[in-house]
Amino acid sequence: MNPLSLLAHLGRVVLTALAALGRLSLFAVSTLTHMLRPPFYPREFFSALLNVGWLSLPVVGLTAVFTGGALALQIYSGGARFNAEAVVPQIVAIGIVRELGPVLVGLMIAARVTSSIAAEIATMKVTEQIDALVTLSTHPMKYLVAPRVAAALITVPLLVAVGDIIGIAGGYVVATQNLGFNPAAYIKNTVDFLELKDVISSLVKGCAFGGIAATMGCYYGMQSGRGAQGVGAATKSSVEAAAILILAANFVLTGVFFSL
Amino acid sequence: MIRMQNVHKAFGDNRVLRGMDLHIPKGTSMVIIGGSGTGKSVALKSVLGLIKPDSGTILVDGKPSDSGDRDAFLARFGMLFQGGALFDSLPVWQNVGFRLLRGSLKRPEAEAREIAIEKLRRVGLKADVADRLPAELSGGMQKRVGLARAIAAEPEIIFFDEPTTGLDPIMSGVINDLIREIVVEMGATAMTITHDMSSVRAIADNVAMLHDGVIQWTGPVADMDASGDPYLDQFIHGRAEGPIEAVR
Repeated sequence: MNPLSLLAHLGRVVLTALAALGRLSLFAVSTLTHMLRPPFYPREFFSALLNVGWLSLPVVGLTAVFTGGALALQIYSGGARFNAEAVVPQIVAIGIVRELGPVLVGLMIAARVTSSIAAEIATMKVTEQIDALVTLSTHPMKYLVAPRVAAALITVPLLVAVGDIIGIAGGYVVATQNLGFNPAAYIKNTVDFLELKDVISSLVKGCAFGGIAATMGCYYGMQSGRGAQGVGAATKSSVEAAAILILAANFVLTGVFFSL
Repeated sequence: MIRMQNVHKAFGDNRVLRGMDLHIPKGTSMVIIGGSGTGKSVALKSVLGLIKPDSGTILVDGKPSDSGDRDAFLARFGMLFQGGALFDSLPVWQNVGFRLLRGSLKRPEAEAREIAIEKLRRVGLKADVADRLPAELSGGMQKRVGLARAIAAEPEIIFFDEPTTGLDPIMSGVINDLIREIVVEMGATAMTITHDMSSVRAIADNVAMLHDGVIQWTGPVADMDASGDPYLDQFIHGRAEGPIEAVR
């Protein structure tokens, strides 16, 4: 490949990426606009609240409890190398609330909610249900996208809060039952060590990750190609994009909250 | 009532409509026939604004279809989609009464349900179907529900996209008869696209043959058999030999 064609290839890749970013940005702005302007569809919104929030609780809870327990074991065995076993409550609390809680909940939501939204909307597109919505004077962005994104923006921070509590509880059970920590001292150390900023950062991350997860599901669903292959590709791309953006957003938000 | 003038639409290199002209007078039933991939669905969706033509004019009652209040424009239309396009997550009556449950035509829920059940009866379905989900219905029943949804808000113009595709001959006949009855009863203007010649004969006042992106022939259904047009003759008799290439 000569240098000129390599440059042309690179240029095409960059332009394609920028075009995709532009489409995604326009979609996100359009989603926000539709969320704020009537008509609103409360039935679709409450259905999305149930699907995104309530029905995600089991997977979020199980993920958090096992992660909290494993974290307690790791910190205890790692801390033992320099006689710092006692820091288990503090590090579990910080690790879960600042990082693992929001990120794991975000990734679980990407796996569970983003995929289901993308597959549902893509199937609706392939089977002409979205065209049918338009002919029935109903804007697909208002009826399908806005309620789902709004529901995720509200419920994912709550899921993160629940995940944080369950994760810390997982660490508590392991520490008090297996590692010989005093239950009252463990709780006191956890509460004393956590700051309001830690909790706020966790909830803000949850809100951002929820918005990313639902928006990616809706975006790729609406952009779906034809047939089963199109639905499959839309679902796969939505989860990949949501997971990467969640991890990137986590890095940025961590920097904003704790480095500045 | 509906007039398409020199409408062009291409998807990449594929020029689907190449200057299509068509006129559908008010209160008549126009059936567009043509082979697969000739742009029949594109023409229909262009009128509704689901697809934006590259050039040309589409007038409804003398006004461009892309001007004015979009909701008011769409409220004049009902559409039966090829696969039904029923909303999986909603029970049948909410599918039928979709338009009556939200937007400018919103009615109280009980009234919308009553109208939906009446429309279901009109298309030959019993009231007990109302609370089922679309996935629990046969293909023929789904088509009827789609038809009930298309007529629920009593539109002036109804579009039918391949209304009998995937149905057995008896059910096709039932759907054809229903469409004809409803269009006559409502005095609606109808535009149907189909490959099914029995549908054409049952539904049409006028027929238009779309080929190579333009209307090759149009006229009253009674003149169709004696048109002398080689494209139309080949199509209605289903011959492999003729000006239309069998392999496209």
